[in-house]
Amino acid sequence: MNKLIVSPAPHVHSGNSIRKEMVSVLIALIPAYLVALYYFGVGAIIVSVTSVISCVIFEYFIQKFLIKGENTVSDYSAVLTGLLLSFNLPSNLPVWIVVIGALVAIGVGKMSFGGLGNNPFNPALVGRVFLLISFPVQMTSWPRPMAWNTAYLDAETSATALSALKEHLGNIPSLFDMFVGNMGGSMGEVSALALLLGFVYLLFKRTITWHIPVSILLTVFIMTGIFYLVNPQTYVSPIIHLLSGGLMLGAIFMATDFVTSPMTKMGMTIYGIGIGIITVVIRMFGSYPEGVSFAILIMNAFTPLINTYIKPKRFGEVRKNG
Amino acid sequence: MNLILASVVSLGGIGALSAVILYFIAQKFHVEEDARIDEVEAVLPAANCGGCGFPGCRAFAAACVTADALDNLSCPVGGTATMEKVADILGKKAAAVVPTIAVVRCGGTCEVREKTNSYDGVKSCTIVHNLYGGETGCSWGCLGLGDCEVSCTFDAIHINPETMLPEVDEDKCTACGACVKACPKNIIELRRKGPKSRRIYVNCVNKDKGAVNKKVCKVACIGCSKCFNVCPYEAIEMGNNLAYIDSEKCKLCRKCVEVCPTNAIVELNFPPRKTKIEEPSTTGTEK
Amino acid sequence: MKTFKMGGVHPPENKFSAGKKTKIISLPQQVIIPLRHYSGNPSVAEVSRGEIVKVGQLIGRANGFISANVHSSVSGKVSKIDNAMDAFGYKFPAVFIDVIGDDWLDEIDLSPEVKRVCNLEPHEIIKKVAEAGIVGLGGATFPTHVKLSIPQGKKAEVLIINGAECEPYLTCDHQLMLEKGEEIIIGISILMKAIRVKKAIIGIESNKMDAVLNLEKWAKTMEGIEVVPLKVKYPQGSEKQLIQALTGREVPSGALPIEVGAVVQNVATTFAVYEAVQKNKPLIERIITVTGKSVPEPGNYWVRIGTPFTHIIEETGGMPQDTGKVVAGGPMMGRALPSLDLSVAKGTSSILFIPSSESKRGKVFNCIRCAKCVFHCPMGLEPYLLMNQGEKQMWENMEENRVMDCIECGSCSFICPSNRPLVDYIRYGKSTVGTMIRNRKTQKS
Repeated sequence: MNKLIVSPAPHVHSGNSIRKEMVSVLIALIPAYLVALYYFGVGAIIVSVTSVISCVIFEYFIQKFLIKGENTVSDYSAVLTGLLLSFNLPSNLPVWIVVIGALVAIGVGKMSFGGLGNNPFNPALVGRVFLLISFPVQMTSWPRPMAWNTAYLDAETSATALSALKEHLGNIPSLFDMFVGNMGGSMGEVSALALLLGFVYLLFKRTITWHIPVSILLTVFIMTGIFYLVNPQTYVSPIIHLLSGGLMLGAIFMATDFVTSPMTKMGMTIYGIGIGIITVVIRMFGSYPEGVSFAILIMNAFTPLINTYIKPKRFGEVRKNG
Repeated sequence: MNLILASVVSLGGIGALSAVILYFIAQKFHVEEDARIDEVEAVLPAANCGGCGFPGCRAFAAACVTADALDNLSCPVGGTATMEKVADILGKKAAAVVPTIAVVRCGGTCEVREKTNSYDGVKSCTIVHNLYGGETGCSWGCLGLGDCEVSCTFDAIHINPETMLPEVDEDKCTACGACVKACPKNIIELRRKGPKSRRIYVNCVNKDKGAVNKKVCKVACIGCSKCFNVCPYEAIEMGNNLAYIDSEKCKLCRKCVEVCPTNAIVELNFPPRKTKIEEPSTTGTEK
Repeated sequence: MKTFKMGGVHPPENKFSAGKKTKIISLPQQVIIPLRHYSGNPSVAEVSRGEIVKVGQLIGRANGFISANVHSSVSGKVSKIDNAMDAFGYKFPAVFIDVIGDDWLDEIDLSPEVKRVCNLEPHEIIKKVAEAGIVGLGGATFPTHVKLSIPQGKKAEVLIINGAECEPYLTCDHQLMLEKGEEIIIGISILMKAIRVKKAIIGIESNKMDAVLNLEKWAKTMEGIEVVPLKVKYPQGSEKQLIQALTGREVPSGALPIEVGAVVQNVATTFAVYEAVQKNKPLIERIITVTGKSVPEPGNYWVRIGTPFTHIIEETGGMPQDTGKVVAGGPMMGRALPSLDLSVAKGTSSILFIPSSESKRGKVFNCIRCAKCVFHCPMGLEPYLLMNQGEKQMWENMEENRVMDCIECGSCSFICPSNRPLVDYIRYGKSTVGTMIRNRKTQKS
């Protein structure tokens, strides 16, 4: 008879794994990816494939030769970082810039802190912001959405809704176009509809909870709503703010990143409110047209503080009297 | 030019002002300390291991300075040499310290102690100890998961992967006691190091009845008392089916080692015994 | 449907033995009854080697208040009093009895009639419960007479009967509720009298609606007993969660249920109380479930306390070939056994065979801070943080983060995508912090 195995309880596991969580997010990104393929065509394919492959390769080699530790590419977190990074980039970005972005995202944003679970900042956003600051021209020229675009680097560009607002250029796309995705912008951020479908899927799979996206969107809606009510001449309606730029993508997929977001429901709500406020401030008063990436990175820095001071509701909380 | 002048003056001014503020703060918050504490701390090994019973070398130095005599104070890492230096600085007498060393009292290697089940969980002795008696039939013996190795700050104790028992490095061990505290089964003990580093001890802590022990481990102490009967110095005491050798009384005569039927008593660092060989008279016999 | 508000998980139910009528396991050749198989002080042996004993005879006397009597479950001759493996993973003195016949003590009423009337005073009931050696049969094995002795200054308002049986695989309580419904209701009325309450609520998970209906039928014959079906969610059967689901009250951290006026008893304990008070029968047998994915015929069996596991396994079809682990209890909180060298104790609820394909733990990865452990913890703790602190031996921080509130239900380890051994470190922390707290108390006094 083989020796019996002894281990402490519990003796059963849900079968959940890191890979399953990552796959669930990847599936939720499918609608946005299909929209990107439709409106940005060849460019979308090249940028996304380059980003994913570079992230995986960099993670593999850094783990093998620099850290000399175990390999974790099979948990698909590098794949997800790659895809999310590409969703934050314009589809006419040259390959070499994408590769640099992947290197910074994985190398600096993730592996330098000790790999998955140890990074304080969202790796895809670290990569994206690095590229934005280092290659401002290439990172702020967005192709026009065209059905099945076969042009890549030479795709025809146009202003996005937010840059139009910032430069007072007028000509913002219609609300329907903004909702469906028929507007300029980074690959994955244009279609609010596709992103919302992904959100519903994530909620159904219980991968994320509603707290972060709803608190971000609600805060932005309320703040921009107040500005709009006070001065409708200068400020646009809050619906336009919700549908433009990278807010939807940031609220649903970037801010909800497990590792960099708080661990309690109250903490998540405070985090979401903070992101909303900083985004609106940058959009209204900053020199950048879009502020979501910066807002998320800034609030990422507050996550450990939030985790230390905001504790979950305890069962049997003993209220101290007097 | 104006810009350079303005920068130099403003930054220089800020620097000077900060220096003045810092000076006054340093004066106001200065802690009066006996200067000898620094001197004593300088001769200590700076390992901060806690073996002396104080939280860190500086606390030990402070205790030495304020104590009347150095009798109860000793640094196990630095030993007599360090205490002599401390005594010189403070003008007190250093107590003679008997060198001790950590001794692992379990001989249940994989060979002599069979595994009866397979543990699959966190590899920590304390966690397994709280769960059950271990992978073998002996619930007193070493679990081999290395809590002692992790606790040692001097790299002096390591689990031998072949025997799955810890081994103490005599040169590095400072008898600070960290491994003694870490072992949940109280298998490790600080015993006298002995002249020429020789020591004898019972390599077992099993308190079950002898008949049961024999079945689970070939070198277990079965409490037969043969060693107790043969010891000329009354250094062995029997209790709970287990023999224990008092290292203060033991004179290292090795008689107990010879009579132990299960080889549970171990002698360390002795020269190999000369055996009597029964040979024909032409070659003679060695004494 | 009522349930507890915070946390909880849904492990697969696997109630293969549900509805299987109980069978009686034959008497073994020898029973081994440990003197320590419940929470509290071990009992002191009352018999010696060679003595002839009858079924129900006292063989171990309770030692102190939080202790319980131990009775012989068979008739025969005491072979020896020696160390035997007990439910805590170590050897402890036990009484070995060679079985001869099935001779019961005269005062035990063996007639099959159900005795409905009980005219005893509350203190007499508690005395009988104590004499019968009854302990909590839900798994915690806390001496029942201690629970029934309400401390000075506290008042019991409601008696809660735990028929949840939230652990997967287990069906012993379910079967008892189907076969002994009337006796359970009578037992409840006796307990209500003992703690002087007018109201009792029986909580049963909704995957046992036949038990709900059966007990509802018998509850109508008594005053003040309500049957409430509960949502199937683990750990519904945990005392504090059950009280919250049925009464809405939360037991404060560090306090006992009596703080909110509740006394909780398992259904099997209630049945044992009926037998003790109405039939003078001490606690000497119970139902256990023998089950597992590879077990050809899982079932529920009446066994005498002290029956060796090997005897039960032989009689119920043997151990499946592919067994990797044998668990005494359920898969979420049961103990994996190092060998089959164990006998049935008062708290043994099942023998679960886990196939070797499911016996090994998964590889442990870094914490990905997904917060699932925080969301699923029924006590509102942060298991990822407690494990982190446990690894670094930061005991004071663990105490601040309420490690002592943990009920060790296993929900966090169950749901963790990185297979982290959260409960292991929390248990480590609890034992160290518990010792620290005890030392602090003795130093103060």
